[in-house]
Amino acid sequence: MAMARCVTSMRDGTGWIAGQGRLTSWRQAGRRLTAGLVGIVCLPVGLLLTSCATSAPPPTAVALAPHLGHPVTSDTLAGLGAQIYPDGHGLPAGSGLAVDGAVLYGQYCASCHGREGQGATAPELIGGDGPLSAAEADKTLKTYWPYATTLFDTLARGMPPANPAALSDDQRYALCAFLLARNGLWPADRPLDGASLSAVQMPNRHGFIDLSARGNPQP
Amino acid sequence: MSEFLDRRAFLQAGLRWSLVMPALPGLAAEGAPAPQSTGFSNYGQPAPSERHVIRLIGSNPRMPGNGVSWTPLEALEGILTPSGLHFERHHNGIPEIDPQHFALLIHGMVQQPLRFDLTDLLRYPRQSRALFLECGGNSNAGWHAEPMQKPVGAFHGLVSCSEWTGVPLRLLLAEAGIDPRARWVIATGADTAATEVSLPLAKLQDDALLALYQNGERLRLENGYPLRLILPGWEGVRQIKWLTRLEVTDRPAMSRNETAQYTQLLPDGRARQFDFVMGPKSLITSPSHGQRLPGAGLYEVSGLAWSGHGAVAAVDVSQDGGRHWVPARLEAPVLDRCFTRFRAAWQWDGTPAVLQSRVRDQLGNLQPGRAALIAERGRNGYFHYNAVVSWAVDGDGAVRHVYA
Repeated sequence: MAMARCVTSMRDGTGWIAGQGRLTSWRQAGRRLTAGLVGIVCLPVGLLLTSCATSAPPPTAVALAPHLGHPVTSDTLAGLGAQIYPDGHGLPAGSGLAVDGAVLYGQYCASCHGREGQGATAPELIGGDGPLSAAEADKTLKTYWPYATTLFDTLARGMPPANPAALSDDQRYALCAFLLARNGLWPADRPLDGASLSAVQMPNRHGFIDLSARGNPQP
Repeated sequence: MSEFLDRRAFLQAGLRWSLVMPALPGLAAEGAPAPQSTGFSNYGQPAPSERHVIRLIGSNPRMPGNGVSWTPLEALEGILTPSGLHFERHHNGIPEIDPQHFALLIHGMVQQPLRFDLTDLLRYPRQSRALFLECGGNSNAGWHAEPMQKPVGAFHGLVSCSEWTGVPLRLLLAEAGIDPRARWVIATGADTAATEVSLPLAKLQDDALLALYQNGERLRLENGYPLRLILPGWEGVRQIKWLTRLEVTDRPAMSRNETAQYTQLLPDGRARQFDFVMGPKSLITSPSHGQRLPGAGLYEVSGLAWSGHGAVAAVDVSQDGGRHWVPARLEAPVLDRCFTRFRAAWQWDGTPAVLQSRVRDQLGNLQPGRAALIAERGRNGYFHYNAVVSWAVDGDGAVRHVYA
């Protein structure tokens, strides 16, 4: 039992290692499946178990995993649609004009976001005044969003909510052009594409404090 | 004089905590009809007279798939939330996924992109953990200038606690082989909004679970069936439901739910971003807003405490709006990043009182008072409200929400 306790307390995540018999069988399975890995991982395991005074270190969770993942081809990945990043990586080909976006906005967006983008059952998309330090701060696309690429990403993923596949990429660029133009962030007569979208400097680009390092496990 | 009593005194008194509620039929109630018998059932349901205990739903009339439902915390006991009462926050509805055609993809900065079918995942070693799960927007009515007059669940009920069972994610990450330059993972759900969040790789390699089971049974549809990401102690929106894709990368995607939403605007105009950990929080569920004490006497004050940083170390309770505090009893088990139930015996003399609780976690983080939280964060933060909750007990026994 002492050994079982040590195994589960080393945070290997496999709480099902409860009995000696099962542990042994899974060790064998792990060795069969990942003979190459065991050698790599035994050293840190041994260090973790020094206080347990066991004769042989058990395999880590990595060695115990059955390794059932199916390799995925680059063709399959290409068909999934790329993740969009603020630098424009992943944005598709295409472009659109604000004048076309205005029509699409009336057709697909106005019923929830308001005829003038003032917000209704869905958030305000056009306008927003005053500093974000105001007592009643107005957090909008114009005043708050740090990246314009997020707008395209949101459209491509889930807008309009009833049928996110309704819009083409050109139409999405047209909607972005319309909304950015109405917010004074893009010239209304210029076609918007991926390169120009990712180059738009949103007013609140540097307004965020990155806390991502907090709450992470210590290395 | 009202006072908190030693627990033993409470038990010796032999008195029972009771609120003004419909009287339950006693065993020997005269004139009561003989109970009807029913047969077996394939899946049990709450007793008919308990079916008023439900999640209240708040959804967008023009977009019914966007909204929340609240856990009725005031009606529940212990630390585990029944799966059917676990809170919901959906951005565009609940997908009904065919498990036969479900797969999780891990790709990006890996040695070998991999697909895991559900049958594959069900063969991996599992781990079970009881963990609270809280929406970043929970309790946000606390930022309002006036105290909201609603039951504790309709105010603070975007938090629940379940035993989650699943596969440690680091097993699958190791199998795919992580590029040492990678720092982030973009997790995507299979809902209609294709909800995506950026997560630090270090957390996913530490204690993230791919949950397949909730409270012993397979996940409920609305909690991500067939696969949900569980990140102990972290904000609910990061714990992607219907998880279908993990892209390993070196930078965040800056998606809508980590820029426009789930960020906290501060008084100086800057905003806290990627604030993942839910802070220490506690509240008294009984007595709580909307209930009524039938008269002076002995009562049990009971509530819930939790912290995203670790286990609960101590809960104090006050009957005078925080001027004096006494320790409450923590009921076992007290688990890491899980609900902890606290209890205290309270002798009420029938005069007005303000009941409060405050929690300290094992790292020493203390739940803030409301004034201190607002002084630091302002009132436009919207997310991560964790201030001390105050219930005023009036002379007639009515309990209502106040700021104190």
